[in-house]
Amino acid sequence: MLTGVFSYLVFFACIVLILGILTLGLNLQWGFTGLFNAGIVGFYAIGAYTHAILTAAPQPQYLGNFGLPWLVGIVAAMAATAFAAWLIGLLTIRLRGDYLAIATFGIAVSIQLVALNWEPLTGGSQGLSRIPKPLAGVFDTPLSFNLWFLCLLAALVAAVYAALERILRSPWGRVLKAIREDETAAVALGKSARGFRLEAFVLGSTLMGLAGALYVSFIGFVSPFDFLPILTFQVWAMLIAGGSGNNRGALIGALLVWTIWSASGIAVTKLVPPSHAAQGAAIQVILIGLLLILVLLYRPRGLIGEAAVVSRHADD
Amino acid sequence: MIGQAIADGILTGAIIALGAIGVSFTLQIMRFANFAHSELLTWGAYLALVFVAFAGPGTPTGPFSFGWQLIAAAAFAALMTGLVAWAVDDLVFRNLRRRGAHPLTMVFAAFGAALVMRNVVVLIWGHGSHYYTRELQMSVELLPGVRMLPDQIFILALALVVVVCLHGFLTYSRTGMAMRAMAESPPLAQVCGVEVDAVVRWTWILSGALAALAGVFAGLTPQLHPEIGFNLLLALFAAAILGGTGSLVGAVIGGLLVGLAENLSLLFISAGYKTAMPFLVLLLVLLVRPQGLFGEKA
Repeated sequence: MLTGVFSYLVFFACIVLILGILTLGLNLQWGFTGLFNAGIVGFYAIGAYTHAILTAAPQPQYLGNFGLPWLVGIVAAMAATAFAAWLIGLLTIRLRGDYLAIATFGIAVSIQLVALNWEPLTGGSQGLSRIPKPLAGVFDTPLSFNLWFLCLLAALVAAVYAALERILRSPWGRVLKAIREDETAAVALGKSARGFRLEAFVLGSTLMGLAGALYVSFIGFVSPFDFLPILTFQVWAMLIAGGSGNNRGALIGALLVWTIWSASGIAVTKLVPPSHAAQGAAIQVILIGLLLILVLLYRPRGLIGEAAVVSRHADD
Repeated sequence: MIGQAIADGILTGAIIALGAIGVSFTLQIMRFANFAHSELLTWGAYLALVFVAFAGPGTPTGPFSFGWQLIAAAAFAALMTGLVAWAVDDLVFRNLRRRGAHPLTMVFAAFGAALVMRNVVVLIWGHGSHYYTRELQMSVELLPGVRMLPDQIFILALALVVVVCLHGFLTYSRTGMAMRAMAESPPLAQVCGVEVDAVVRWTWILSGALAALAGVFAGLTPQLHPEIGFNLLLALFAAAILGGTGSLVGAVIGGLLVGLAENLSLLFISAGYKTAMPFLVLLLVLLVRPQGLFGEKA
């Protein structure tokens, strides 16, 4: 019983950290740059499928499944997502804020359709299985593997967090905030708003691709049903609830929202008869929607919002 | 083959057009992309189902699969959905507006509202499909090789009547004029004594009512399910932006073009990719002519 709870907690923590990377990516785009990405799940899927196609054990019926090493899959997943984001960004980044939301939302829908329909490459609705887990030979029980993966994820999240904090404090990060706050002023000072936005969009999406690749190598399986639009809304709820514009807030939000989601899921399976599983799932989604609206209405800064930054020259 | 695709496209297009008018109004008058609009279609469809559950779909009249009760159900759904749209504005968007929230915050809230609205439908009616009526009907051959069901012809005719009435309302009534003034320039409209709150209220009620009709029509051809509106979301935005936001004629023509593009694309691509078609249209419009066909400036 106790080990059951423990292994559940380890698994839970792994998922929270993967979602944390997604939320950090969104925070760079929305929190610091003011870009409305409504297609998070699309970039997550590109990373996941790239990794799966490159690393899964070869099978004659599929075009991909190259059986390449894990690290190659991770790096290629990030590169593929970055390239896709760059292409999409070139087309859409100059659009009005809510038009960008519509466009990215459409991109995510289209990517899911490709995953569902291009069977020789993606396995269609069956998905791809037999995706190797890193060092699965060394950590051969599920619990020991999950523990090792948890350590790996913790190290990665720490690295991503530190890197983001560093670049956001750099001149580059300050320009992002300047564009978000007053585009005209930033452009007047000679900064290319479009260029900086595109960079932030690509970098944030690359993190989402990384999260996708980590997810499939953790689960060992990929299917189009892992990439439904609800994930995009969950990640937003995480960022908004935690505190947009604050990387610690993004991580806390990921923990908070996933806890609410999982706890309500457990409560629903215990309380709602299996014949009404659809209604139970609906309750879970309603909670996410309500959380999003209530935070926006009553605590727009989230749990810990963005810290006020005052120039060190202000006192002079 | 191509004739049938055009006929199907016009029917889909008419349904998209009714939904797109509301999207176009909210984009232009409320100044944000209301991603919850698709759920008003769903609510309209299911509210009509409630009415039908009590009154019955009626005995099939003439070639149609339903009687007057279904038309009454559509009217009931239009009224109630208009009130639902107003209520959502009152509970969520108005509070954000009052606080001077960023337009994109409204879009976030709209997505939240959409999640709640869609899943309340699942909670009440479940995931399965529902039908207004299980009557069978024979399709009519309009032109050689082009067949339509009488219900579909009825939908097209009714949609046309609704759009003509709406055009009259916007052109000649004081409220309609106030709405157009707000769409053009909110500060100027306010200076001219337009009551902003009243315009906002009418915008929501009209958008909701039109969405409900679109939802009922979509449910009639042939079934209702909780994703009935959500699946049209991209098509609605594509139509509204293609037509040029704030333009009634634009939204209608945009809707027809998106419907046609969707159905004609089936001649070239596999049906699995059909739902991506509106998005491709949208992307093309945003790149080539972001102000839309009938928009005045970017």
